Amino acid sequence: MKKYLGKKIFIYLITFFFAVTIDWAIPRFMPGDPIQILLSRFQGMEGGREIIEAQITASFGLDRPLLEQYFNFWGSLFKGDLGISIYTFPKPVMEVINEAIIFDILLLVPSILLSWIVGNKLGAFSGVNKKADKYTMPFFYFLTSSPYFWFAVVVVFFFGVQLPWFPINSAYSSTMRPGFNLAFILDFLHHWFLPFLTLFLVQLGGWAIGMRNMIIYEMGSNYSKYMESLGASEKLIRKYAFRNGVLPQVTGLAIRLGNIIAGALTTQIVFSYPGLGYILLKAILNQDYFLVQGTFLFIVIFVLLANFLVDIIYMFIDPRVRFSYSGEV
Amino acid sequence: MKIHWKVLLGVLLVLLVSTMAFSYERDETLVYGGGLWGAPANWNPLTPWAEVAGTGGLVYEYLFHYYPLKDEYQPWLAEKGEWVTPKVYELELRKGIKWTDGKSFTAEDVVFTFEVARNNALHYSNVWTWITSVEALSPTKVRVTFGDSPHYQEWKVILYDLRILPKHIWSEMSPDEYLTTANKNPVGTGPYMSESTGQDRMVWVRNDDWWGNDIFGQPKPKYLVNLVVNGNNVALGMLMKRELDLSNYFIPGVPKIKDAFGLTTWFKDAPYMLPENVALLFLNTTKGAMKDESFRRALAFAIDPDMIAERVFENQVKVANPAGLLGEGWMKYYDEEVANEYGFSYNPETAAKMLDENGFVDADGDGWRDDKAGNAMKFEIIVPNGWTDWMESIKIIANNFKAIGINAVPSFPDYSIYMDKIQDGTFDMCINNFGSSRSTTPFTYWNWVANDEIDGEIVTDGNYSRYNDAELFTLIDEFNVMQDSNNGIMEKTSEIQAKLLQAMPSIPLWYNGLWAQMTSGVWTNWTTENNPTGYPCSWAGKMQFGFVETLIKLEPAQ
Repeated sequence: MKKYLGKKIFIYLITFFFAVTIDWAIPRFMPGDPIQILLSRFQGMEGGREIIEAQITASFGLDRPLLEQYFNFWGSLFKGDLGISIYTFPKPVMEVINEAIIFDILLLVPSILLSWIVGNKLGAFSGVNKKADKYTMPFFYFLTSSPYFWFAVVVVFFFGVQLPWFPINSAYSSTMRPGFNLAFILDFLHHWFLPFLTLFLVQLGGWAIGMRNMIIYEMGSNYSKYMESLGASEKLIRKYAFRNGVLPQVTGLAIRLGNIIAGALTTQIVFSYPGLGYILLKAILNQDYFLVQGTFLFIVIFVLLANFLVDIIYMFIDPRVRFSYSGEV
Repeated sequence: MKIHWKVLLGVLLVLLVSTMAFSYERDETLVYGGGLWGAPANWNPLTPWAEVAGTGGLVYEYLFHYYPLKDEYQPWLAEKGEWVTPKVYELELRKGIKWTDGKSFTAEDVVFTFEVARNNALHYSNVWTWITSVEALSPTKVRVTFGDSPHYQEWKVILYDLRILPKHIWSEMSPDEYLTTANKNPVGTGPYMSESTGQDRMVWVRNDDWWGNDIFGQPKPKYLVNLVVNGNNVALGMLMKRELDLSNYFIPGVPKIKDAFGLTTWFKDAPYMLPENVALLFLNTTKGAMKDESFRRALAFAIDPDMIAERVFENQVKVANPAGLLGEGWMKYYDEEVANEYGFSYNPETAAKMLDENGFVDADGDGWRDDKAGNAMKFEIIVPNGWTDWMESIKIIANNFKAIGINAVPSFPDYSIYMDKIQDGTFDMCINNFGSSRSTTPFTYWNWVANDEIDGEIVTDGNYSRYNDAELFTLIDEFNVMQDSNNGIMEKTSEIQAKLLQAMPSIPLWYNGLWAQMTSGVWTNWTTENNPTGYPCSWAGKMQFGFVETLIKLEPAQ
């Protein structure tokens, strides 16, 4: 157990170091200059730009040698300082992320978890029930292959504009001020529902198809046949098939959860919903080094944590992993 | 334990229900969008390129407002301003104006706003190369003394573009903060104050003690909610649902749906929108055939801007005149004769003839014209990726060029790469309009399309063509130091127009619009061609053209 965790943690630390270094380097090797982009649309007085350009560049430390910038970056990282955003100057990157990420989490965590649970159940059901399978599979394939952008726009058009049941923009009404009270929470849920529903539905199909195929495979495998020949009940066989079939689904879930930060970009565009995905897109287009590297840092941390979690969960749900490290096998 | 949970849940529920929700009354609130592109973060009037729209205009005010449609100055913080001698300008300020923290606004504030740029590097520090002193003669009188050649034209811009700062706050700040402060709780003299912010909105609340209430009237909306809307389809849907009172987005399809959904636009019919700036095709005059004047002029004749206006913009824009001038402030210098003599209009035969005569013929018979030496020519026209109207436009332009045998391909790099190519001079042709916004004087436009800031490693101040003509630059500088009453000014401006047309370093194509669609579910009496109460523009730095005036004249619906 200790050996297993120790080895894993070591690998994760090395991965973290390289990922963060790449994260720092890539924005800086893009052609272009963030300060010029910041000022590109500013039409000031004659000669006004030259005066401020140098000053602003220096205030971000971008006039320093690259290597120095790199070490400074690690230095401030350990102090929890991700720098100042250029695009939403002068907001600290940490603040930008903190304020936006809550919207991604509230939208993505429920949609991913629920679609995973419901998708697995429906998939498992389809896998063992040939009659239902005939009707559910086309539906799952439709959900999983419909382009999300198109799907969401259609939903917005019908349920937001034609039948004006739901609002079509933002996370709460234009006239609402956020607060901890019933009216706001209801208003928030009203806005949250359509983005949630579309995300839930498009993910549902994929999980269901995956589970269905796994169940069919497991039910046809040798151990199932062996159990059958021993006279085990259908229910018991199904239970074991499900336990084996869910393993790759858990990995998939962790990866999906790890990508939570930028995962809702399209939703944020179609529903004009706040969140980090759209901010990251803007940051990249505006070459906001600090915001890009800060956001990717979070993505790196989330993905690594999610994978680490899977490694631990696997020890419990897959005895083979546990035994291979404890030397029992 | 179970009971405890129930009690806790009950208390929570009671708390939830009893906590009053705070919401703005919809019929007291104006919901608008188009000038905000991300979570609000900056209210610093010294960094106008980064400020939340409304920082200038709603909070910090200007000495004058400028009405571009009438070419008139409306005294604002100043009651009067005049040249008492050719080198002395005196301002009489209004009495009784207060900052929102209760302190009085005085001449000292105006003096400080200038002085702070003398001692620190700010975007308007250059005024001190032609101003010698700014002094307070009394609490309401300011005298500005100029050096040998006052920049009269630029001064006209400063009068309506300089945000006046409260001395008692900014003089206490460390100069290091001037460019870096977010200035979260801005204290101004204006009709609105910061109320709250969200990820996708900025909310302003009316300053009921505003000094202008007695003079101009009180703005009707108590709250202004400025939304970030990610994408045209959402803005369009919100207009159809009347959830957006004013949209300053460019939205394709507006001409088709405007009547069905009761949208108001400035003009009832085409072009619907007021012209706001001119979109130009910049030709890199340091490259190949584009070094040749006759080649550049031939290209101007080859482009069909009518087709762009019609097909791409559904006639929401108008085709530019050859000089690229727009608005009363510029058009008073427009020289029709010069335009007739040196101007251009769509005529592919003329374009082909000009190319033939100047030796740009198809030497190798591959169907494309070659340069004078017989080498193949190929150009790339760039606009930023995602700017769909411009993307479609350059496809048409490339086709127009193809029709006369010029090989040009449209290309859509990301915005940062687009800017990079323009600034380091590796582009061939590009569309741009960043410095051509309407103003009080064509100096701002000419000094942007043609100036001598082209020798550095990168070119950032306009003149992306890198067109080098010292004589033209001198003419523009001479215009800058002329007063409008100067007898020679017409001659000077005609000369500038003639030179630009003869050399054609950039080709004026169409006037990008002041995109504005208004709905009347909550507010009516919008400013339009037939009821010009103001200027329907909520974009940053442009509110002094008549946005506050528009708000004052609004009427609640019903």
